[in-house]
Amino acid sequence: MNVDLQRPVFVLDGVDVPFTTGQTVMQAALAAGHYIPHLCYHPEFKPHGSCKVCTVRVNGQTFASCTLPAQPGMEVESNTDELNDKRRTLVQMLFVEGNHFCPGCEKSGNCLLQAVAYDLGVMSAELDHLFPNRPIDASHPDVLLEFNRCILCELCIRASAEIDGKSVFALSGRGITKHLIVNAESGRLADTDIALTDKAMEVCPVGVILPKRVGFRVPIGQRRFDASPISAQALEDAPRTPAPRARGQA
Amino acid sequence: MPFELETAANPGSLRRVVIEPVTRVEGHGKVTILLDNDDHVQQVRLHIVEFRGFEKFVQGRPYWEVPVMVQRLCGICPVSHHLAAAKAMDQIVGAHHVSPTADKIRRLMHYGQILQSHALHFFHLSSPDLLFGFDSDVAKRNIVGVAAEHPEIATQGVLLRKYGQEVIRVTAGKRVHGTGAIPGGVNKVVTVAERDELLADAYQVVAWSRAAVHLAKKLHLANVGLYNSFGAFRSNMLSLVAADGAMDLYHGVLRARDDAGRIIFDGVNYDRYWDQLTEEVKPWSYMKFPFIRSLGPEAGWYKVGPLARVQNCDHIPTPLADAERREFIDFGGGQPIHATLAFHWARMIEMLFAAESIKDLLHDDDILGGELVTTGERQERGVGVIEAPRGTLIHHYRVNEDDQIVRANLIVSTTHNNQAMNESIRQVAKRYLDGRQLTEGLLNHIEVAIRAFDPCLSCATHALGKMPLVVELVDAGGERIDAVVRNGDGVCVGG
Repeated sequence: MNVDLQRPVFVLDGVDVPFTTGQTVMQAALAAGHYIPHLCYHPEFKPHGSCKVCTVRVNGQTFASCTLPAQPGMEVESNTDELNDKRRTLVQMLFVEGNHFCPGCEKSGNCLLQAVAYDLGVMSAELDHLFPNRPIDASHPDVLLEFNRCILCELCIRASAEIDGKSVFALSGRGITKHLIVNAESGRLADTDIALTDKAMEVCPVGVILPKRVGFRVPIGQRRFDASPISAQALEDAPRTPAPRARGQA
Repeated sequence: MPFELETAANPGSLRRVVIEPVTRVEGHGKVTILLDNDDHVQQVRLHIVEFRGFEKFVQGRPYWEVPVMVQRLCGICPVSHHLAAAKAMDQIVGAHHVSPTADKIRRLMHYGQILQSHALHFFHLSSPDLLFGFDSDVAKRNIVGVAAEHPEIATQGVLLRKYGQEVIRVTAGKRVHGTGAIPGGVNKVVTVAERDELLADAYQVVAWSRAAVHLAKKLHLANVGLYNSFGAFRSNMLSLVAADGAMDLYHGVLRARDDAGRIIFDGVNYDRYWDQLTEEVKPWSYMKFPFIRSLGPEAGWYKVGPLARVQNCDHIPTPLADAERREFIDFGGGQPIHATLAFHWARMIEMLFAAESIKDLLHDDDILGGELVTTGERQERGVGVIEAPRGTLIHHYRVNEDDQIVRANLIVSTTHNNQAMNESIRQVAKRYLDGRQLTEGLLNHIEVAIRAFDPCLSCATHALGKMPLVVELVDAGGERIDAVVRNGDGVCVGG
């Protein structure tokens, strides 16, 4: 007997998606093998809903799918021209809000922002660059903080607080002046207790938190997104369930 | 006045002809010519008007990022900047000797670069002038015209460049702007499949490169009066050579000869290049003027690149290229060759050297495996010098204890050749433009001289022989009295 027959389902772009009570639309979709573009969502952390790249439409209203609880029978639109246009604009705004120089960036090929942009077909920023002045923090002997690339996803904040138990990172400011800070009176990373083994070191989706002196050690061709696009890889992060039934299928 | 035609005595009373833009790589240059009322040339200057800024904006960046970042100086020879910066960073991480595997993979990358850049320059950029004539029909004077009339030559040029790019892809990860060289070594080896794929064509590439030397030599000898005299000037010559005096384009010591071929200095460790070389700033150009410190700015300027290198070394360590070198030297009859157009002949000898070196390296199993990265005691200062396709390239950095670049000094090949190129176009202007009404064909003579050096300024929009130019005649009061515009499509229209 198919266990999915006993689970409630919602409809994503015309396909039934089974879910377990308590799952979000994002969690259920990924588990069932359906990719919804996202940036600040990470399967190991409580959903945050800040980047809005995972926005879907339900009954004419838009929601962040990473925080939207799945409900039986809900009709969810995700892969539509309208929503993908909005996602492209959101990603372009992230690019122009910081200083993202992919050609010289050691995270290129391993960067989620770059990968999502490629996957969505973003070929240029199109908007005016803000070129903010964000000096890097190279004070720590083992860790480089490259603020120019921060997209304020707060994954490092969540990882440091929830798993490392250190609270090395926080956000400060409001609106366009919002920025990442470190938990030290001096404001220098060298005066925090961050360590190379911290979870916060591995969750940054872009090239902000970097171990020193290892950049470019992985050759082109062996970087994460040289192998396959993020839309294929994101599904590997989620626990898989049996393939969903198409609507109307017996 | 140190140099003839550099500065006119009374510029305010002269008519001004401006060639602008003469494109530099990813930037612009221009040539200004001042004429008196009888159209006699009184002043000629090559200006590199672009402000690049790499030395400034590399400051504050982590040192391991630099070999990748500085490649963006150029789309034609990014590997040269990549490797020069990597060699400087070797010193920063204390890797005074990288592993044999790293050394050979970097050399393979570099000779791929020499091969593709020299092929591009000779076949795509210069052969239209050399095969059709400097003032031939502008509609035909491009690589498409060469392909129509000499399909075999054009095809070999394209395939030689392609092969060089494939060597770069295999060693750096991408044909343009790869990441293969890292501080202390390389990030990948060559696989057996990649080696076999390249080796399959290596002998054909050597044969085509040898044919290219013969073509350049034939063109020179067929019109020896023009080729020996066009834009010719005597100067000192500078390049790296191996410790034993052999040609080595990847690593070595600095050697300089005077215009008669006598040694000025030799065996100089480039770690302290500034003991021998310094730079002068002139108010009319953003590009500095390097010179040999002991000789001063008036006598100490020099040329770099193929013409200097082929004559500066004692021998070339591959047999076919060395045989061609000996024939070239014999052509000089015991005196150094200073003909600007002889750059092309020398350049093709180097391309043959690169092709033979690639073939030899592909037979060396060290490229298939071994130690990739070496480190040692951290240093504050790193200097990397390499012979780029266009000439000696110096990268010099200081790094603070937080691993950030605090100072950078880059002396690129075109800068070394600054005075030399100015001398050459002055010779051309004096001989071909003096007292004559300007035409597109005459202006192209200026470009032919600039192009012989293969400076970065011929790289961008000139790739199809249609460098956009604006020539203006301005009277002494600054009023424009005439202009000719050549568009990017090569069509000339009145102003």
